[in-house]
Amino acid sequence: MNLINVFLIPAIPLAVFLVLGIFSHKIKPAISGVTGVAGLAVSTLLSYYTAWQYFFVAGKVDGAYQTFIEKTVWINFTETLHIDMGVLVDPISVMMLVVVSTVSLMVHLYSRGYMKGDEGYTRFFAYLSLFTFSMYGLVLATNLFQIYIFWELVGVSSFLLIGYYYTKTSAIAAAKKAFIVTRFADFGFLIGIFIIGFYTNTFDFELLNDPQGPAILTWASTSFMGLSAITWALILIFIGGAGKSAMFPLHIWLPDAMEGPTPVSALIHAATMVVAGVYLVARLFPMFYMVEDGFALQIVTYVGAFSALFAAIIAITQTDIKRVLAFSTMSQLGYMMMALGVSGLEGHEGVGYMASMFHLFTHAMFKALLFLGAGSVIHAVHSNYLQDMGGLRKYMPVTNITFLIAALAIAGVPPLAGFWSKDEILVAAYQNSQFIYGIGIFVAGLTAFYMFRLYFGIFWGKDTEYKKIPHESPASMTIPLVILALLTISAGFIPFSELVTADKIGFEAHINVPLAAIAVTVGLLGILLAWIFYKKENDLAYRFSVAFGSFYRWTSNKFYFDEIYLFVARNIFFKNVAAPIAKFDKKIVDGSMEGIGNQTVVISNKIKNWQSGKVQDYAFGFIGGVVILTLVFIYIFSN
Amino acid sequence: MIPGVSINEILTLTSILFFIGVYGFITRKNLISILISVELILNTSVINFVVINKYLYPELLQGMLYSIFIIAVAAAETALAVAIIINIYRRTGSVAVRETETMKH
Repeated sequence: MNLINVFLIPAIPLAVFLVLGIFSHKIKPAISGVTGVAGLAVSTLLSYYTAWQYFFVAGKVDGAYQTFIEKTVWINFTETLHIDMGVLVDPISVMMLVVVSTVSLMVHLYSRGYMKGDEGYTRFFAYLSLFTFSMYGLVLATNLFQIYIFWELVGVSSFLLIGYYYTKTSAIAAAKKAFIVTRFADFGFLIGIFIIGFYTNTFDFELLNDPQGPAILTWASTSFMGLSAITWALILIFIGGAGKSAMFPLHIWLPDAMEGPTPVSALIHAATMVVAGVYLVARLFPMFYMVEDGFALQIVTYVGAFSALFAAIIAITQTDIKRVLAFSTMSQLGYMMMALGVSGLEGHEGVGYMASMFHLFTHAMFKALLFLGAGSVIHAVHSNYLQDMGGLRKYMPVTNITFLIAALAIAGVPPLAGFWSKDEILVAAYQNSQFIYGIGIFVAGLTAFYMFRLYFGIFWGKDTEYKKIPHESPASMTIPLVILALLTISAGFIPFSELVTADKIGFEAHINVPLAAIAVTVGLLGILLAWIFYKKENDLAYRFSVAFGSFYRWTSNKFYFDEIYLFVARNIFFKNVAAPIAKFDKKIVDGSMEGIGNQTVVISNKIKNWQSGKVQDYAFGFIGGVVILTLVFIYIFSN
Repeated sequence: MIPGVSINEILTLTSILFFIGVYGFITRKNLISILISVELILNTSVINFVVINKYLYPELLQGMLYSIFIIAVAAAETALAVAIIINIYRRTGSVAVRETETMKH
């Protein structure tokens, strides 16, 4: 297989970023938009070509898909421990290439309409290209360090894009929050990488995941606080992944990240960057599975399941439509993590892994669609809040239909994409644990409910009087919606179980009819409930919220997690750690330096009068000096 | 060589003259007076050269020669100093040394 094409995929967005970034003041918006879209279109075609080559031309050897690696040593530490740069092509990286390309291209197309007339139009496209480049790099990474580098790059571009409206205080705060929280999590990731490097002497994914490799063979020989050091490393790496994927308790940045422009939310905070954590766990899956009998994987399962449930509950009470979608994203990411957690490695055992990747794929399509649809609505109504919407189906038919398709897909209604992937996840959960399965089913119901609460709230419900009659968005925005809707309908029919599996061999997936029936029924129940509550304007929902009382209040305040973190940060950390250190810095470090400076000033003030400008003073000094020296010399030489 | 006058007496005289010059140089307020004081200092050194040459090394001529050099240099220096003083006078309307304080800036 020719890997030159694969190198070109990230290279093109990088080039576009450099051109747009360097000449951002000279390029006309129209040209920069076209440049961005064209560059990405080439990358997308290359990605599709790579996928086709990989799955159908290179195909299977000995019944399994091959792994192609092309790399070069970048930094050498020891004989075995070095950081490489290169590309790794295997089923999940190819799948991610397709996801990133598709969603990114749609978002690029959409942004040309959405951001039209914005002052920083070129800057926006430059950032989008930077992000796409970093994401490609992350996906194609061959080793832990390379993925870490691109991981941070992705974080930076996310920061730049959340804070895109840099004159808005809330956007700046949100950007900082996202950066600090994910950075905090990445610290865990970095330490995990160091531990792995120390104990296994390699960063390379191939070696780490090799059952005969240093990591999996030797985990038992190390121990730290009751667990293998490698397990600790995996847990730390998962903390990094949880930070990016907004898993509880590191989720607080994701809802705030919605301050960025909506296409950004669709691209970064729904479809691509936030699945990086899932991708990371999937990338190291054999290691997670085999080291210490999957102890770290258990943590992944429970964190994922809890996040899914937690976010779904919060999503019900939010009124900002983008925040509902943000919590929905978090919930679905939890689903993916959970699916990875309950997965096995070989054959049909690995259905969870496959389901997780499948859900990642379909979720990217319909969540991007939901966000872009929400963007279209926000574009028309100029508000993020459900209170300001209602009855929009009459004004925005295309958005309405595409949004409905996406909502049905996420609710798991057959035959849309979400149904297939969610069904596989539930099958995997059922095989593993009834408890996890129960959470999964419950979350599925909640998802259907809150998603249709959103749908009915926007497009049905009360007939809001609009000051300015809302209108359908321009074609540049609706075409991506339609394309994504078509993908949402069709993506479920891709035979994922034969393409993307943990052992790369593949298996026949069958619909488990009773489980599917239960899931669909629960989904439909959720939709029905939402129908009763929100289809027509009524006070049922209000009465329920009153009945739930304090629980409702807790939920709508996101269980006060922001406040808890703020309290911990301000009253404990800042007060007891940061403030004393700041004091030390100011008083002792700065103090000594400033003291030296101040003393110099004092002394120079004192001696500056010596330079009086009076010639005779100088002459006096000079002659006096000569006399004194003469006396001294006479004294010395006369002895 | 002057009969009846020893080198010590002449050197005592030049030393006195020298310190008178130094005193004048430091205390005078008038630039011209300072210039005269400088001349006094220079001339005492010239006398020293000549006297030491004549009394101690009568067969040599270096001391004499150097005294001629010093006189030439002193003449040039005086011309220069007077030129500066004239310029200061044009600028400030006086030849008081206090006026030159502004030159430190």
